[in-house]
Amino acid sequence: MASSEVLSFERTGDATVVLRLSGSWSLQGGLPSVAEVEGYVVSAPRPMGISFDTRRLTIWDSSLLTFLSKVAELCQQQRITMDRSGLPSGVRRLLDLAEAVPERKGARKETAAPLLLERVGNTTIATAGSAVEMLAFLGEMTVAFARLLRMKARYRASDLFLLIQECGAQALPIITLISFLVGVILAFVGAVQLKQFGGQIYVADLVGIAMMREMGAMMTAIIMAGRTGAAFAARLGTMKVTQEIDAFTAAGFSALEFLVLPRVVALALMMPLLCLYSDFIGLLGGAAIGVGMLDLSWTTYFQETTRAITLTDTFGGVFKSSVYGVLIALSGCLRGLQCGNSSSAVGDAATSAVVSGIVAIIVACGIFSVAFYILGI
Amino acid sequence: MEKADNGNRIAAHITVRDLTMAYGSFVVMRDLNFTINRGDVFIVMGGSGCGKSTLLRHVIGLEEPAQGEIFYGEQNLTRADPARRHEILRRVGVLFQSGALWSSMTLAENIGLLLEEYTDLGPAEIREVASLKLALVGLKGFEDYYPSEISGGMQKRAGLARAMALDPEVLFFDEPSAGLDPISSHLLDELILELRDSLGATVVIVTHEVGSILTIGNNSVFLDVDSNTMIAGGHPKELLAHSTNPKVRRFLTRGKEERR
Repeated sequence: MASSEVLSFERTGDATVVLRLSGSWSLQGGLPSVAEVEGYVVSAPRPMGISFDTRRLTIWDSSLLTFLSKVAELCQQQRITMDRSGLPSGVRRLLDLAEAVPERKGARKETAAPLLLERVGNTTIATAGSAVEMLAFLGEMTVAFARLLRMKARYRASDLFLLIQECGAQALPIITLISFLVGVILAFVGAVQLKQFGGQIYVADLVGIAMMREMGAMMTAIIMAGRTGAAFAARLGTMKVTQEIDAFTAAGFSALEFLVLPRVVALALMMPLLCLYSDFIGLLGGAAIGVGMLDLSWTTYFQETTRAITLTDTFGGVFKSSVYGVLIALSGCLRGLQCGNSSSAVGDAATSAVVSGIVAIIVACGIFSVAFYILGI
Repeated sequence: MEKADNGNRIAAHITVRDLTMAYGSFVVMRDLNFTINRGDVFIVMGGSGCGKSTLLRHVIGLEEPAQGEIFYGEQNLTRADPARRHEILRRVGVLFQSGALWSSMTLAENIGLLLEEYTDLGPAEIREVASLKLALVGLKGFEDYYPSEISGGMQKRAGLARAMALDPEVLFFDEPSAGLDPISSHLLDELILELRDSLGATVVIVTHEVGSILTIGNNSVFLDVDSNTMIAGGHPKELLAHSTNPKVRRFLTRGKEERR
C-alpha cells in the first residue's frame, strides 16, 4: 500500500493537521506506518490538533482501526487534541470501545530477560521445590503401600484388573516385535566378530546372557515407559484438568490410593511376566540368526543357550523389571498429578513422564549393575 | 449471629474468619469474614477471575488458607487432623463446574462409589439409591451410561446427583449455570431451591449469574478483584435496593446503572 495514495496531510491555518484518508484500507494491503504521522507531528511548527477527512475513503477494516488507535496514542503522548468528528461513525464507535477500559496497572507482563544470577537462583529454587514434592509423593506412596499390605487401601478391584489387562496382555505385540529384533541385532553384531575366531557357537551365549541379565528387562521397561508411563500421565493429567481428581479429594477419597496405587501394582505385577516373555522372544531372534546365518542347528543353539544361562541370571533380570515397573508407574503418575490446568500441560506431563521414567530406569540399571557385581550375582 | 438453637444446633453453619488466600506470594483475596447460616442459599459473587472458585476450593478443604480459619459449626476445618477433616467433609456435597464425573465409571457407579465407601448398603441397595438420586435430577434410566455418552447439561445434573449421594448438610455449586441454556439454567435454580427445602441442606453457590442470584439467594458475599477483598454482603435483593457501593450496583444491575 503506497502511503501517498491512501494517506496525505494538509496543514490548515489554525495549527491543525488534517489527515486525508482515501481509497481502500484493508489488512491484505498491510499496515501503514505511524512514523510518517509522527514525523509530521513532532516537526516544527508543532500542530495543536489533528482532524480527519475521510470523504474519499472507500473500504476500511481493522487496518484503519489499528492505525488510528496508534495515532490516538501518539496524540495523547504529544498532548495534541484529536478531533474524531471526521471519521465514519463505525470507526468512532469501535475506537471508543477499544479505549473504554483503560489498561490495568501491572497487567502487562515483564518481558525483560532476568539476569543470569537471577535465573540460576530461580532454577535452583524450582529444583529444590520439585525435589521436595517428589519426596512427599514417595512418602505418601509408602504410606499407601503400607495400607495396601494391611488390606486397608481403598481402590476399585475392577480398575486394577482393567489396568492389568492394559499394561499386560495388550502390550504383548509391541514387546514381541522389539524383543525379537533386539535378539536378532545382538546375534548379528556377535556373529560378525565371533566368526573371525571360528566361535560362532558362542553367539548363543552372548544373546542368552545379554537378554536374560539386561536387555529383556531394559527393553521391556523402555517400551512400557513410552507406552504406559505416558498413558498414565496423560490420563491423570486429564482427570486433573476436568476436576475429577478434585472430586475424589472432596469426596474424601485419596487420589493416591484410588488412582496411583492400582497403576503401580499393575505394572509391578505385569513387568516380570513381560520381561520373561521378552527374554524368550529375544532368544528366538538370536536363534533365527544362529540357524539361518551361522548354520547352527536348533538343537545345538538351544543346548549352548541352556549351558550359558543360569536361573540366577533370569531371576536377576525379572527382579529388575519389577523395580523398573514401579519406577515407570510412579514417574507417570507423579507427572500426571503435577499437571497444570490446560491441554498443553497434559502433553507436557506425558513427555516429562517418559523422560523421567527412562532416566529413572537407566539410573536404577547402573545401581543394579554395581550391586550385582559386588554381590557376585 | 451465632445463636444457640436447642443447645447443640447453632445457626451458623460455616464461618470464614480472617481468611487470606494466596498462591505462593500472589494474594488472591485477603481478610474475608462471613457466616453462612443453616438453610441459607448463600451466593459467592463477583466478576470473572476474582477468586470465587478459589474461595470455594478453600471452604471444601482442597486448598490450605495462607491465613485464617474455616469453621463448620464449631469444628475448625483448618486445624482438624485428617480423620476429623474426613468426618467434616463427608457431610458436604460438591458440584464442580464441569460436573467432574469420574469418566471411567457409569453414572450409577459414580454415585454408588460414595455409598459403598460411607454406608453399609449391599450392591443391590446401592443401585436402588443411585437410581433414585438420578431420578431426582431427571435422569431416570441413565444408570448405565458413561459420562462421555451424555450431554453437558445432563453431566451437570448427574454431578448434582452424585453431590447429593450421601444426603449432605451442605451443597456447594461452582458456576452451576455455566454452559446451560436459559431454560435448563432456570430449571436448575428451581431444583436447587427444591432440594434445599426438601433435604433441609445449606446451599452455597459460586456464580455471576445475576438472574439466579436475585431469585434464589438469601445471603451473599461480594468479592472485588481490585481491592482483593469482600466489599459487600447480605441479602442480594437488599443489596440491589440499598447498597451504595457503585461496583455492587453495577454488578447487580448488569452494568445498566453506570459508575456514579
